[in-house]
Amino acid sequence: MSTTAGDAGTASDRRPGRLIGTILRRTLGFVLTLAVTFIGLTAVTFFISRLTNIDPVLAVVGDKATQAAYDQAFLALGLDQPLPMQYLIYLKRLVTGDFGMSVLTSRPVLTDLMRVFPATFELATIATIIGVLVGVPAGVLAAARKGRWPDHVIRVVGLFGYSVPVFWLGLVGLFVFYGKLGWVSGTGRLDVFFNGIVTTRTGVILIDSAIEGNWEIFGNAISHLILPASILGYFSLAYIARMTRSFMIDQLSQEYVTAARIKGNSYWGAVWRHAFPNIMVPLITVIGLSYASLLEGAVLTETVFAWPGLGLYITRALFNSDMNAVLGGTVLVGAVFITVNLVSDLLYKLFDPRLRST
Amino acid sequence: MSTPLGQWLMSEAPLSRRQAVLGSLYRGVRAIFANPTALAGLFIVALLVVMAVFAPWFAMGQSPLSQDLAQRLAAPSPEHWFGTDELGRDIYARTLYGARVTLTIVVLVSVVVVPIGLAVGTVAGYFGGWVDAVLMRVTDIFLAFPRLVLALAFAAALGPGIENAVIAISLTSWPAYARIARSETLAIARSDFIQSVVLQGASTGRILFRHVVPLCLSSVIVRLTLDMAGIILTAAGLGFLGLGAQPPTAEWGAMVSSGRDVILDQWWVATIPGLAIFIVSLGFNLLGDGLRDVFDPKSR
Repeated sequence: MSTTAGDAGTASDRRPGRLIGTILRRTLGFVLTLAVTFIGLTAVTFFISRLTNIDPVLAVVGDKATQAAYDQAFLALGLDQPLPMQYLIYLKRLVTGDFGMSVLTSRPVLTDLMRVFPATFELATIATIIGVLVGVPAGVLAAARKGRWPDHVIRVVGLFGYSVPVFWLGLVGLFVFYGKLGWVSGTGRLDVFFNGIVTTRTGVILIDSAIEGNWEIFGNAISHLILPASILGYFSLAYIARMTRSFMIDQLSQEYVTAARIKGNSYWGAVWRHAFPNIMVPLITVIGLSYASLLEGAVLTETVFAWPGLGLYITRALFNSDMNAVLGGTVLVGAVFITVNLVSDLLYKLFDPRLRST
Repeated sequence: MSTPLGQWLMSEAPLSRRQAVLGSLYRGVRAIFANPTALAGLFIVALLVVMAVFAPWFAMGQSPLSQDLAQRLAAPSPEHWFGTDELGRDIYARTLYGARVTLTIVVLVSVVVVPIGLAVGTVAGYFGGWVDAVLMRVTDIFLAFPRLVLALAFAAALGPGIENAVIAISLTSWPAYARIARSETLAIARSDFIQSVVLQGASTGRILFRHVVPLCLSSVIVRLTLDMAGIILTAAGLGFLGLGAQPPTAEWGAMVSSGRDVILDQWWVATIPGLAIFIVSLGFNLLGDGLRDVFDPKSR
């Protein structure tokens, strides 16, 4: 910890009480921000639900309902109340997990969401793992070889990742690796005849089949997962590599790296053991952000690969005017997105020693 | 550059406002031309504009809409350079006309997003205090939203179409500009020349419009160029899902979608428009990277 003389605030920060106070204040601020952002998100979804020309009462009771049933539902939905009250009612329903019924599946939207979420979770998680495993070393290499060919190659690969439409890459991937080469399985999570064999425990097929020791299904799931996960992972790879590179360049230009070299460390020893640990904290934030954006990117990927997750659920609901399901899905994706975003931001603030003193 | 004109343009002490403006423009253009990345990007973006404007001329009489069912799903040939789609429409012509839709979306989003971002950002930065706190909290809320999913919900509620796609994308894009404009304004508002304008009795509106906004513009434009790829990809994604421009309009995302079912046998239907999206996004990314290097030497 570097303290400048006369900086009383920093010096007193060494007392553990002050540090805990800072952490508490940060956490409180985090909870507040989270709450405010959620209110903003739900206000927008509420606003969207009022934009539609679909009668929310008819969506509940069906178009053959009697006038009495219609009026009853009208009152039950609180539609006679002023708009701010309607929003509060909506918020209360959301908090209690009542997202309404899906017209398409005639099940509560919450049940549907819980059923489809694990598929998206599995896809986004494997994609992020791919992105981290490839992106971080690539970024470090690019920084260490700045301005030379590995840097240029990694930059071009990253630029392509920023520019290519994910749905198109998915189609081309299917065409090449499934259609022409036959290296991977096609769309869906499993081959048709494997469906329903493994008991659903977590909904994540890789975990469920591993628990049962059914390695045939595990392998099949991997051969279905690998292509969409790699394509999605490419996008997080591009982002993670770019950020890792710029963090590393900052570190490598500092004198302590030279000092470590003079003390007899090998070049890569100085890079990995001395410089790399210093970028871990901002890197966690970057990985968190890319994870959140993958949940989003999954929407298009799932459509291409017929992957039965959140994205496919939302788009299917969209084309059947199933607004409850669309908005429920939007709220869920938004909530996860916001939480992951803000948590990675909080982690950054809590773990970066330079930020503790402010 | 030693011609009199060059010297006049590069002068460190311009004698008139016109000379100063032209000189900084000239320096910017020279810097872009000296930067191969920016130049490549500029070339692609210029190509997009030319394609969009002269689409009928480049299409050489092929219509993007006329169907020829006898020729459906024809492979690329001298007659149909990029083949035909499931209704026998010429994919080359449709790709050309698709540039118009993309350009429209890009222009509309910029026109909506930049003024909103500048207004919120400069006001927050200039007034500070609770105005700043409230505006930035609102900005943070919108910044935390998932763009594509929110755009989906919007398009679902308002009905599909370009206008609604633009509204949906704009709604989630403006916060970035507000943030940039605010941080620029914070630095500008403290500078001496603003103090002197205040002492001369300029109104707040005049200070913001005439003195603060012009200085924020270069950062905003760089950011806008870098964001363009994301905007194009989101718009194409909406089009792919059937929520962008409606048929029979030629839109690249929707064209990729129409080639989905035949990707294994007639690869060109989905591949060509996808390549167009890719190249244009790449162009904006290259240009943005280059502009950032030119305008912001720190990031090099």
